[in-house]
Formats: sequence, structure tokens, C-alpha cells
Amino acid sequence: MNRLPRRLIAALAIGPVAALVVFYAWPFGTLLAEAVTGQALSETLRRSQTWDVVWFTLWQAVVSTIVTICVGLLPAYVVARFEFRGRSVLIGLLTATFVLPTVVMGAAFLALLPDSLDRTVWAVIGAHVAFNLAVVVRVVGALWEHLPTDMEHAAATLGASRWRVFTQISLPLIRPAITAAATIVFLFTFTSFGVIRILAAPGTRTIEVEVWRRATQLGDIGGAAVLALLQLAVLAVALVWSTLAQRRHSRALALRPEAVRRRARSRGERAFVAVAAGGAALVALVPLSALVVRSFSTPSGWSTSAWTQLGRTEVRPGIRVGVDPVDAIANSLSTMAWATLFAVVIGGVASLAITAAQRHGRLIDGGLMLPLGTSAVTIGLGMLITFDAPPADWRASWWLVPVGHALVAVPFVVRTCVGVLRSVDPEMTAAAATLGAAPVRAWRSTVVPYLWRPLGVGAALAAAISLGEFGATSFLSRSGGETLPIAIEQLLGRTGTTLQAQGYVLATLLAVTTVVLVIVVEQLQAGRRVEP
Amino acid sequence: MTVPVAGHPRVADLDVRDVYVSFGDTKVLDGVSLHIAGGEIVALLGPSGSGKSTLLRVIAGLVVPDAGTVAVGGVAVTHVPTHRRGIGMVFQDDQLFPHLSTLDNVTFGPKMAGESRARRDERGSVWLDRVGLAGFGPRRVTELSGGEAKRVALARTLAAEPAVVLLDEPLTGLDRELHDRLAIDLGQLLTGVTTLLVTHDPDEAAVIADRTVQLSSL
Repeated sequence: MNRLPRRLIAALAIGPVAALVVFYAWPFGTLLAEAVTGQALSETLRRSQTWDVVWFTLWQAVVSTIVTICVGLLPAYVVARFEFRGRSVLIGLLTATFVLPTVVMGAAFLALLPDSLDRTVWAVIGAHVAFNLAVVVRVVGALWEHLPTDMEHAAATLGASRWRVFTQISLPLIRPAITAAATIVFLFTFTSFGVIRILAAPGTRTIEVEVWRRATQLGDIGGAAVLALLQLAVLAVALVWSTLAQRRHSRALALRPEAVRRRARSRGERAFVAVAAGGAALVALVPLSALVVRSFSTPSGWSTSAWTQLGRTEVRPGIRVGVDPVDAIANSLSTMAWATLFAVVIGGVASLAITAAQRHGRLIDGGLMLPLGTSAVTIGLGMLITFDAPPADWRASWWLVPVGHALVAVPFVVRTCVGVLRSVDPEMTAAAATLGAAPVRAWRSTVVPYLWRPLGVGAALAAAISLGEFGATSFLSRSGGETLPIAIEQLLGRTGTTLQAQGYVLATLLAVTTVVLVIVVEQLQAGRRVEP
Repeated sequence: MTVPVAGHPRVADLDVRDVYVSFGDTKVLDGVSLHIAGGEIVALLGPSGSGKSTLLRVIAGLVVPDAGTVAVGGVAVTHVPTHRRGIGMVFQDDQLFPHLSTLDNVTFGPKMAGESRARRDERGSVWLDRVGLAGFGPRRVTELSGGEAKRVALARTLAAEPAVVLLDEPLTGLDRELHDRLAIDLGQLLTGVTTLLVTHDPDEAAVIADRTVQLSSL
């Protein structure tokens, strides 16, 4: 066997594991300890307001999920079954919408809707649908395009109309994918924070928003901790249900290895494809266009003043608003740079350790994925209450926000890198060994070179995540250190068209930067199979 | 349904006239014409890629021809959607519905025709019995062997009582012994049913069909 020395594997693993213990396990333990004190638990659970919040969170998530699935099935079908001009542009557009920061989507709907509709739950549900459409199109479409079309043809030859082919054959067969997509959409909408903070009326709160309000506005840390754990419990139940449902409905499908798509034949089919694809594109494009339009809109007409005077923070002579958009851009960029560096170093080293340690690597892998299953608000709250007193009084440290962002981003870096490293043929290392390379040298020359490209993808993902991160930052950022999402939320919450226009300018900048980063990720991934 | 339980499909002749199909610049069918008398079994032979399956798909309404007509029982169906043509088809890889039981697969056609549950289950059981699979109704189709799946696919098509049955290489992928046994059964089951069988195996055609034609001669 030509294995790496254990000491080297341990040295690689120790950094990521220590970071996980200090910045995730410790805050989570503190949160648990806060929540399980009898008083906090009984007081929070007895409060009727708690159950009002839980009920609202649940029903808006269920309605958002159902509407998203219903709206998404048509474009999912069209994308899966038809070849048409602009198909990949549509998929890219929906995906870009999905990765936009939540505050940007919230801002976009605020910009789009008339005053009578914004700050209502319908605005929230609309934003959730536009946001998550990509999940349905990609997850359901991925299964649908590989279902043999002849199964649908067989049903048609047995007398089934198109509608009955859909309800009797296609729908039952794509049900596992619908369940998977519904679970993802439910998880995102149940833990909705940014959209609610921007779009919902002040008294309308999801559990996430209530956790933030209790911890930062009311100082009720115990109550916030109980709610955070209550949320985790609901999410765990939803995940278990989803896993069981997917297992129950999964069939041994004779899926086709290649997707079979065809061009629309008749005029009716062409109109159908155009309406479904165009409608989906509009759901993504219209809110984002509204964002740009509103950044040029002032009471006296169209103006570029919000763009050109972004650095002017005086509302009236001598009166400042307290949020400096230019500072927020600078803060976001420096936070992004540090968060990306932390995430890339921790994630890259962890990926090498995970693949080198083989069986034990799974343990590290699983541990590093935990932050993915924990909402950013819960992570932020845990860090807030843990690093607020000696021996770890780090609240004022400049690096705490980037570390919080890195914690959310590391799972993405690890997933991107481990997938590639695991696909490196072990025979190559063995071949290097037969040519006289010692284990470390063989590993360094055959495995490590494959790390750089996925690490680049991971870095771009981490940068996008950091730029849009709002949940954890809401707890950790301090006055003067506002990042873009925090500044957008604050500006859009103020009265005054100029301030709101500045909020829309920042949201537009954030949207454009995120889309550019996603394009970088796509480009790097497209070339990933090329030699390192 | 006007036909009694387990009755044979209606008998109608099939008329294909001057069918042209091109995929891009490739001419797949170049003016194909074919007539099958009511109750006749015709085997269509031709090498792989010669357009045999495309012709079946044109007849079933799954491929729209560039030109030409298809008529069943003297009625033009060229522009009638597949589900209203009364043409059944057995696909090369069976295409059984994996989420339905064996019986529910067989009774899918009667269900689409609006037949009551009790009546179609009775019909399904009779057809399962006819194809030698009595008692297989509750089984999952994913648990069937290759030969059993082919029998279920045939029973499913015939239980819908189509006017014309199309078979696209129905015995491909079976071992020789099973293939030969099924070929004989197929010939018996299809007796009196207007059938177009696509195959590349002349022996199979001889066992099942009343008449054999080469696609190149059409």
C-alpha cells in the first residue's frame, strides 16, 4: 500500500476540525444550553405569540412551496422535453435568480409591486416563487428529460389524452423529484429571513425573523435560542418525511442515458413552448428590471442622481442617515475577500484531508456539512452569544463576520473539491509510486494538482455567498461595518425616495456582481474536466 | 366499450398511402404505401435504420409525416391524435408503467375508455389468463421476467381493443427458446387482429405473420 503517513493526514485535518469545533460546535452548544434552561423553554412555549409565528412560518412556507411547484412544472416540462432557441439562456436566468441574495429578491419585489401589495404576505409568496422556480425546473426537469418518451407514447396508444398521460403516467413517475424539489423549496421558505425583513409588514414574522428580533431587539436570548431549536426540529421532521416519501415513491425507472428533446412541431406546440418559457423568463426578469428602473426613479422624474451621488449621506444639510452606501460596498468587498480566503483555505485543506483519510474522512466531511443544515440566523445567534464574553470576547474583532460567512461557504467549497479529488484515479498515485515516488511525493504530484480548479469554483461560490449573506451578518455586523445586504435593508426601510433609490442602486450592484460570479463558476465548471 | 369482455378487437383494414418522412436532410420514408386487410398479420422486414419503426410511429400518430395519409377502416386518421386513432402498439422495450401493478397495466386502456373498475378488472384477468399469466395481476411489473413483461405488454395492448395492432420488434432481447415459444403464442393471440409486425428476423416473421413484406419494396 502506498498510503500517506497518518501524521500528515492528522495535520491536514486539525485546522478544519478546530475551526468547526470553535466556530460551529461551541456556539451551537451555547445555544442549546441557553435554550434548555427551564425558564426560557416554558416561557417561550407558553407564549401564544410563539405559536402565531410558528403557524405563519409554516403556512406561508407550505403555500409558497405548492405555488412554486404548480408554476414550475410547466417550464420544467418544456425545458425537459423541447429543444428551442434560448433554452440554455432560460435555465441560466432562472439559476442566476436562485443564487441572488435574498435581500435583492425582496428589494426587486418591493420595487415591482404597487404600494397596496408590498408589505403583504402575497408579496412574500410572490418573491419566494420567483426565487425558487429554478429548483423545480432543474430538479424535476432533470428526471423528466430522462424519462422514456415512449412510456408516454404507450399511454397515448392506449387511449390516454395529453392531460391523462400527464396525470396518470408522468406525474406519478416524477413524484420523487417533485418531493425533492418541494423539500428544498420548503426548507428555503420556512427559513426565509431576508425576503420577510424587506417585504413583510413589521408585525409579520417567520421564526427566523423572530429569532433575530428576540435576540437583537428585545434582548431575549433564551427565547431566541428556543425558537431556533424549534425551527431545527420542524426542519428535521420535514427532512425525515421527505426522505421516507421519496423512498416510498421511487421506482426502478428505465431512464434513458441521454435526454431526448425535440423541436415543437405544430403551431399549437410552438405557442405552448413560447408561453411556458416566456412566462418563466418574465417571472425572473420583471422583478429584476423593476429594481433597475426604481434606481433611476425620483419624485421629479428619471434621474441618475442615486447612482452619481451614492457617496452623499446627508439627507438634509447636517443630517446623515447613518448608512453610507460607499462604505457598505467597501465593507462587503473586504469581508468577501477575507471570507473567501478563510473558506478556501479551510475547505481546500479539509478536502485533501477528507479524501486522504478515506473512512475517517467521512466523519470530517459530515461535520463540515453541518452548517449547511443550520440556518444562517441560528449560526449568527450562536456566534453572537458565544463570542460576547471572555475567554472569547471577539464581537468587536474585524474577522468575526468573515468567519461567519466562511462557515456558511465551507460546505460548498468542500463539496466542489471532494467530488473532483475522489474522481482522481488511485492508479495514478500507484503508478507514481512504481516510478519511485515516496507516498507524500506521489500524492503531491498526482492528487494535489487537481485541487486548484475546483478551488477556483469554490472561491467564486464563497465570494457570492459572502456578498449576499444576510442572516448571520444581521447578528454579527456592527454599526459602521454594514455590508451591502444590511445597507440595502436599512435604506429600503427608510422613508424618502432618494434613500430608497440608493437601496435599489446597491441591490442592482449586488445582483450584477452575483451574476458575474455565477458565470465565473459556470465557466470554471465547464472546463473542469480538462487536464489540471 | 361495445365489445364483450375478452372479445377480440374490432376488425378493420389499414391503408397507408404515399408517406414521406424526413429528419433534417435525411429521407427516412420516401413515398411508402401499404395495405393490410382486416384481420391480416403482416410482417415488415428491413435492415436496422431503414425506417420500419418510423413507419409504425407514423401509423400510430407519434410522428407527423411530411406527406401521405393513414386510414383505418376506410376513415382517414392522419390528423387524428394518437389517443383517438384506435391503434394499439407494443413497443420494443415494452414500456410497462412501473408505478402500476400488472393488472392495472393491462386495464389501462379500458380505464381510459371509462370502463368501470369491476368490469375492466374482469377483462384484465381474462387477458392475463390468455397470455399465460393468470394470477399475476397484483405483481409489480418491475418484478417480471423479460418474457413475462412482453406478454403483459401484449395483453395491455389487446385489452384496449384496438382496430389495428402495431408491434415494434416485440421479441428482441429474449433467449432463443423463449423467443420461439412466444412467437408461436403471439401468432395465436393475434389471429383475426389487423397487425403490422416490424422485425428484422425472417424466421420470426414466418411463424407469426400471414404475409411478409420488405420495406424497400413498398
